[in-house]
Formats: sequence, C-alpha cells, structure tokens
Amino acid sequence: MYPFTYERASSLQHSVQGLRSDPEAKLLAGGMTLLPTMKMRLAAPSRLIDIARLADLRGITREGNTIVIGAAQRHGEVAADPTVRAAIPALAELAGHIGDPQVRARGTLGGSIANNDPAADYPAALLGLDATVITDRRSIAAADFFLGLFTTALEPDEIIRAVRFALPRRAAYAKFAQAASGYAMAGVMVAQLDAGIRVAVTGAGPGVFRWREAEAALAGKWSSDAIAGCALDAGALNTDLHGSAAYRAQLVRVMAAQAIDRLS
Amino acid sequence: MNLELTVNGKTQSMQCEDRTLLVDLLREQIGLTGTHVGCDTSQCGCCTVHLDGQAVKSCTVLAAQADGSSITTIEGLAHGDALHPVQQAFSACHGLQCGYCTPGMIMASTDLLRRHPDPTDEQIREGLAGNLCRCTGYVNIVAAVKQAASLMRAAGSQSA
Repeated sequence: MYPFTYERASSLQHSVQGLRSDPEAKLLAGGMTLLPTMKMRLAAPSRLIDIARLADLRGITREGNTIVIGAAQRHGEVAADPTVRAAIPALAELAGHIGDPQVRARGTLGGSIANNDPAADYPAALLGLDATVITDRRSIAAADFFLGLFTTALEPDEIIRAVRFALPRRAAYAKFAQAASGYAMAGVMVAQLDAGIRVAVTGAGPGVFRWREAEAALAGKWSSDAIAGCALDAGALNTDLHGSAAYRAQLVRVMAAQAIDRLS
Repeated sequence: MNLELTVNGKTQSMQCEDRTLLVDLLREQIGLTGTHVGCDTSQCGCCTVHLDGQAVKSCTVLAAQADGSSITTIEGLAHGDALHPVQQAFSACHGLQCGYCTPGMIMASTDLLRRHPDPTDEQIREGLAGNLCRCTGYVNIVAAVKQAASLMRAAGSQSA
C-alpha cells in the first residue's frame, strides 16, 4: 500500500469534519473491500478514519414494525442476531452468506452499501425490502440510494449511521455465488411487502435493480412458473470472465424461482 | 504509530507504520511465522488468526486496527507440550500435506467449533469457506474437524 495516516474516529461529527477537511481521506470500517483495493494500489487515500467502534453506528433494535441496524454492524453479527432472525430471517440468511466467515467477522453493512459493488448482497436486501438509509444528515430511500456502478447518493462527507428495514410479510434470498470469490453472479431477493411485491436482483447487472415484469407476474400468481415467460433484457446485464450476460439472465431466472419456491 | 496489543497472552507495545498489515507485524516484528501469507488477495485464509476471539484474515487487517486488541496465532493454541485438540486431530487424521494452509485451517476450525460444537459436514465445509487447500482435497480436513469436535465434546463432558 501507499503510505497514509490512520486515525480512530472520536465521534461521528469528528469523522464528517475529517472527510470535509481532506478530500483524499476515506472512512474505514471492516476494510474488507478498501484494504484489498489499497493493497493492489487501486486506491491511495491520504488518511483512513476508523469508524468501526463508534457507538453511534452500532446496535440492532426493533422499533415498531421496523428493524434498525447500525452501519458498523458486522455481517456475522447481523446473521446471528436473534431480533433479525425472528423478524426478517431472509436478511439474516443473506448476511450469513456474504463472503466467508473471516470476512463476515469484519465487513459491515454500511461499508457494503456505501461501496455499492454490483455483486454485493446487501443492495438486493435494501432494494427488495424498501429499506431506508439513515445518514448523519438525512434519510434516503433505497430506491434513491443506489445510483449505479460503485455510485450512491451519498455526498462526499456524508456518513451512513444505520439502515431501517420495515418487516416484510415474507421474503427469501437466493444467490448463485461465483465459486472463488463468493460474490453473487445473480442474487435475488423476493419479498411480499405491505406496499407490494419486490424482486431485487444483484450481481447480474451494473447495479442492483428491480425485475418489474416478475413483480407484476407474481402479483397475479405467487408461483415460480408465473415468471417463466417474463422478459429480462440480457443486453443490460454483465459479461465478464465468469459468465456472459445471457448466462447471468438464466441465473437470475433460476435464483428468482428458487426464492419464490421457498415461500410457496 | 504506537500500538499495544496482546498476542498469545503477552501484552506488548510496538511501533510500526500506519500501513503495516497485522500479518506482517506478527511475522516480521514479533517473529511468529506460523501465520502464513498465501495469496495477498484475501482469498486463501493462510493468514487466519483470532482477533478478539474471532477468526479473521490478518492480511486484510491493519496492525493499527488491532491496537488494544487480543490476538491468538497458531503458536498460541498449544499449552506447552499439550497440543490443542484441533491440532491433535489434524495430525491423527492426516489433515495436511505440505502444511502451508494448515495454521489458517486450524485457526478457522477452532472458531468454527466455538460456534458449532457439533457441526455437520456441511457446516464444517461452509465454516472453512475462507480457507483454501491445494493439496488435500479437503476430505481429511473435514474429518479432522469432526474428530476435534468429538474430542472437545468428550473433554467438556469430562470436566463438567
């Protein structure tokens, strides 16, 4: 890595100030994406502000019909948390299949969504469950948060504090993981919300998206064969060394069907 | 920067660069070379140690992040000449060939067994998803973890 200065954040406001005063500074939480990127010299921040221990970013609480998860909660903690497992088991399961056990001991919810890797799992959960991202200065609906490849609605000095998830009636997540990295080649969160049906797809395109044709079909009939004829534009999906867009389109169909069948 | 960490029960103050990785601090400054660097891309798990009781990839942790924390490496598992049951089982079940992945496998396995004291084969395989082995094909590694689980449960019930 190129040299940099490391500091432990003393408070959320201090961290915002740090970002504001140095445009080359970056936040460090789990480091499971940032540190490998820096080791490959693809990123060279001047300063890392370690926010992993900030109490403001920690905690998992049930608030009425929602769960609020702190941005610095580790994936393993979310997966094992009794409140999450009882209220949104699909979310706990999704968190429990991110990366591998060592990665889940360190990686965080906030870090994952702020990075918005096209193959990350959490974006499918947030978009599929109509979640709200709570930052140090505002709340942002998931639909407005994920803007594209590694891009979010966050301002340069804005820090995610927590994510609020409304409890779905039912939800399931099915992922086809790339064998070496564990990232989603297609990950589908299917949910029945009070507001309607959601089919959120990650891993297959340049960013998480809702498969609206499938949502409409499922509103008519909740069954995996209801989506068999649904259009899915392979032209909009990724081709890379792991697979073609056409292959990814097929994976999306299969994973969506698996998730639907789990709730049937 | 200045740090204080407890490694295998011994608290020590050290100095290193802010960019020093935990694996490099352990290997090069403290001389604990049982922890290995295999891939440097956070995939292989040869670098696995326990940080505050949890298995982590020390090649993807800054030493600075571990300031104030407690670390256990492979060297810290045995009690004098008494091997840890996981070490015994890896030996008895031939769970290694070249041995390069083995310290990481053992550190990941001990954490796995803390969370799942009576694991199924599937739980073992998923629990070791962060550790790659190029020699064994994993069969004897899974057998070793199964045997270790059984040894540890037996020891637990004896001391109860």
